[in-house]
Amino acid sequence: MGELKLMKGNEAIAEAAIRAGVDAYFGYPITPQSEVLEYLMSEKPHERTGMVVLQAESELAAINMVYGTASTGKKVLTTSSSPGISLYQEGISYIAGAELPCVIANVVRGGPGLGTIQPSQADYFQAVKGGGHGDYRLFVLAPASVQEMADFIELGFEIAFKYRNPVMILSDGMIGQMMEKVELKDQKPRWTNEEIIAISKDWATTGKTPDRERNIITSLNLDSAVQEQHNHHLQEKYRRMQAEDVRYELFEAEDAEYLIVAYGSSARIAQKTISLARKKGFKVGLLRPITLFPFPVKPLARLAPQLKAILSVEMSAGQMIEDIKLAVECKVRVEHFGRYGGMIHSPEEVLSAFEQKIIGG
Amino acid sequence: MDIKDIIKEENLVYKKTPLMTDKVLSYCPGCGHGTAHRIIMEVVEEMNAQAETIGIAPVGCSVLAYEFMNVDMVQAAHGRAPAVATGIKRTWPDKIVFTYQGDGDLAAIGTGETIHACNRGEFITIIFINNGIYGMTGGQMAPTTIDGMKTSTSPYGRDLVRMGNPLKITELIAQLPGTYFVSRQAVHTPAAVRKAKKAIKKAFEVQKEKKGLAFVEIVSNCNSGWKLSPVKANQWMVENMFPFYPLGDIKVDGVLVKGN
Repeated sequence: MGELKLMKGNEAIAEAAIRAGVDAYFGYPITPQSEVLEYLMSEKPHERTGMVVLQAESELAAINMVYGTASTGKKVLTTSSSPGISLYQEGISYIAGAELPCVIANVVRGGPGLGTIQPSQADYFQAVKGGGHGDYRLFVLAPASVQEMADFIELGFEIAFKYRNPVMILSDGMIGQMMEKVELKDQKPRWTNEEIIAISKDWATTGKTPDRERNIITSLNLDSAVQEQHNHHLQEKYRRMQAEDVRYELFEAEDAEYLIVAYGSSARIAQKTISLARKKGFKVGLLRPITLFPFPVKPLARLAPQLKAILSVEMSAGQMIEDIKLAVECKVRVEHFGRYGGMIHSPEEVLSAFEQKIIGG
Repeated sequence: MDIKDIIKEENLVYKKTPLMTDKVLSYCPGCGHGTAHRIIMEVVEEMNAQAETIGIAPVGCSVLAYEFMNVDMVQAAHGRAPAVATGIKRTWPDKIVFTYQGDGDLAAIGTGETIHACNRGEFITIIFINNGIYGMTGGQMAPTTIDGMKTSTSPYGRDLVRMGNPLKITELIAQLPGTYFVSRQAVHTPAAVRKAKKAIKKAFEVQKEKKGLAFVEIVSNCNSGWKLSPVKANQWMVENMFPFYPLGDIKVDGVLVKGN
């Protein structure tokens, strides 16, 4: 059985990675997620499981170390925060283009630029719309608790290998820094080299043996017609994610006339707002997207006919709201509320915005 | 027709290593890349190490090296090959991991990755092709372009005051404690090819022995970028590049060779 611990979200990522049998972690310090690297270093995972942990000289190096390990079919994790994730974008584009599995966690802070070190959800566009150059998507998971920070490591690798695609865990400084009870899973063994070769022999660069053709990891196609075919293939993969792996949670949505859509920290806050609003007699429910890409388009479209209006609550100037509008095809009025730049809205502020923009709107 | 029909077994003095594919090289006639590729693959063949070897070729003329070298290969972003190599070698310590990088890649955009991989002493081999120019993008000034050398972005010759100095990155990384073997070679004559191959072999053996990072620079030509015929390009290289980038071992067994 698992083990109960009181941990920070950042520590939960690190411990879960060791327990999930992750082979390597590469990272560079940046607030508010440096605890991941600190925790890993203090745990000596090279002794616990043989996991490699290396502090890189820059985010550019870190993401390319990830690219290297991922090229060989091993499980590799990196974490950073907004400005660092911006530096990752070149590498992420190559990883997506070359179709490599890996998990990248972004513990988001306020921006743009150096911004603040406080929580934010302003990297939504960067995470779900591509981020780097070229037509590609990340599979984006949005944890709303320390428990999910831990759970999404294993889930993230499952998905990353299912699709041979980078997975992003999009959290924020609040979930990274707050302490909660977390149930940790038992230690899983790392894949052996023989298992890795068996699982990924069709593509991983583990050395050309006589029993197979050589493997090449590349995102380069000088022939545009071939590159277009590759893009078709990627788009097909993204459609499959939409069909097979959408995750979301509904809260008091059955009789709802109004809906709040919020993910991560904002969903935790909005849950409290729902109970305050219900006490006042408003029939309001919550939809929490757990996957931001693929976005829960169908669940929202199904709810739309019963709704009078939707409030998108995000710690940004309004980014997810665009996906909500697309999902309901503008058949329902959608408004945005959120504090940003590192400020966190209170349940009461969300309630007041709900009353003004949705009920009074 | 098989080669045996043309050349009798006892007369065969040279044959292409099976570790080079049959793909026609994309390099300009006279370019040193093809020879450098071949001797690296001959070393891998001699070490019987095809199954253990993973190569990394980042952006540059040699970005398509994976089409020619018959080993598992990873194409990397511009400058990032030493980081990619680190990610592979750290998780597969028994593999032989090498990077094949040009001067713009290794000594400009990838300087950080180069210096830190060398300083950490990653057990990898770096092959550095220095022709003093950006070949792939059409002959622009490189970090290693020498004083007065004409390129498309230094059309009147490199002006050290306005454009800065050429970077002797090989001498620089030789100073770092993580490098164990550092050598500068060339591939313009049969004698030079033999010496270069010896240095490359040593660089692969050092990696196998887990002694430290091994680094071989090959001073090469770019006749199309230099706007010279292949023969004249090699002459120009000997007369102008070698005085600034002298050939020979710079660091052996972790110790700097005298004069360095």
